[in-house]
Amino acid sequence: MIAALQRIWGLIYRHFCLYRRSWPRIVELGYWPTLELLIWGFTAEFVAHAQQHSDVSFGAALIGGVLLWEVALRAQIGVTISFLEEIWSRNLGHIFVSPLRPRELVIALLGVSTMRTLIGLAPAVALAAILYGFNLLDLGPALLLFVLALFLMGWWMALGVISLLFRYGASAEALAWTLAFGITPIACVFYPVQVLPAWLQPVAFALPAAHIFAGMRGVLLDHHVLWGEIAASFGLNAIWMALAVLIFAAQFRAARRNGALISIGE
Amino acid sequence: MDAIAVQGLVKRFGAVRAVNDVSFVVPRGTTTGLLGGNGAGKTTTISMLLGILVPDAGSITALGHDMARDRFAALARMNYSSPYVALPMRLTVAENLRVYGSLYNVPKLEARISRLAEEFALGALLNRPTGTLSSGQKTRVALAKALINRPELLLLDEPTASLDPDTADYVRSRLEAYRVESGAALLLASHNMAEVERLCSDVLMMKQGRIVDRGAPDALIERYGRNDLEAVFLAIARASESTA
Repeated sequence: MIAALQRIWGLIYRHFCLYRRSWPRIVELGYWPTLELLIWGFTAEFVAHAQQHSDVSFGAALIGGVLLWEVALRAQIGVTISFLEEIWSRNLGHIFVSPLRPRELVIALLGVSTMRTLIGLAPAVALAAILYGFNLLDLGPALLLFVLALFLMGWWMALGVISLLFRYGASAEALAWTLAFGITPIACVFYPVQVLPAWLQPVAFALPAAHIFAGMRGVLLDHHVLWGEIAASFGLNAIWMALAVLIFAAQFRAARRNGALISIGE
Repeated sequence: MDAIAVQGLVKRFGAVRAVNDVSFVVPRGTTTGLLGGNGAGKTTTISMLLGILVPDAGSITALGHDMARDRFAALARMNYSSPYVALPMRLTVAENLRVYGSLYNVPKLEARISRLAEEFALGALLNRPTGTLSSGQKTRVALAKALINRPELLLLDEPTASLDPDTADYVRSRLEAYRVESGAALLLASHNMAEVERLCSDVLMMKQGRIVDRGAPDALIERYGRNDLEAVFLAIARASESTA
């Protein structure tokens, strides 16, 4: 166990070294969350003002959606970019012939992703409070469950992307940025599932995000914790995570068979 | 016990048999050379020995561990160096050595890094980003990384490729010294015949995925009636061309 922790720390330390010396990388951590927060925050203010809505909760739901969805996006990108860093630096060959187990590699990537996400979101959360008077902590204890569920969702999406990198090599790296953004419309971050066309609603319900954001709107708009929605999000996360782990393991085995681990950077 | 025992190794990529029924052993405390032209199957063989590529048939035992079932136990006691696999460029030399020291669970890591820095004259380079080093300096760092866990089995893929003669000579001297001091086994894939003659007690000649001849460098030179190993290599390569 201690040996495994040391190996995991070794890989986390490798990324820590990278960040502490590169201000553009640190700035990049907060860039997108802040940018999106500004865009959507001003949009939310405009909508609230334009409709002369007496209740500011609608705007709060939009800003809360932006901030929480960033948890999933940053968690996914944090894992996949950290993995791509190894490909870009032609270092993957050394890592895969070390005693680092694949599960330890994944745990280390999740650790880096957690740090990147928390550091990256902190400025956006602070700005939401300063500029729009939205305090994320107003979500109460349920916030912890929402954040955890969104981290899990980001991580299984990331395992899916890494599986595709094993399958298609570095040419699939664009997926690291686009996959999670691509499913935003059916994640129902800013509106209820019922807004979607009927045929698309089952797809949205199959994603944890739709339930997480229904839960968030329940807290912000109706002041109720929708435990059923939270439970559904964790149940779906468990299913998707199990599927992602199976696919990751299968693609890793395939990559060892077809030589992709040697040529993955090409 | 042999450091490596390979039996009936086969690897196909589509219709191509990259490695075809290869068997050999590498005794502990020896250096074995893996020679062959481009595409002969050397890198594929080394990749399978490292567990990064799964053979289609055959077995590999490294340091007493079956690589198909227990590769991580063997990998902890092995290491690898190749000019074609880099270390992260933005990390300093010391940071890279700490990363790999951690991955290999090296005890008293800082003391080990200091020792390697002394052995490979890296003291002045420890705090420099690896990407800013010259080829010769990078090679010394790569070698320090390869020895960080005091490996009992060291696999080297063209360790002196693109190095100037002075640096290449230094690397060969260090490898030979490490083998003598530690009793480790070295498997060396190389195109440099003088290097193989100097370092290797046994040579495996590969061609089109097969081992076509083997023996001590002197024995091979005598058997083929040539003056050096390079002439032997050419004789085998050209014979293979005429029969291919």
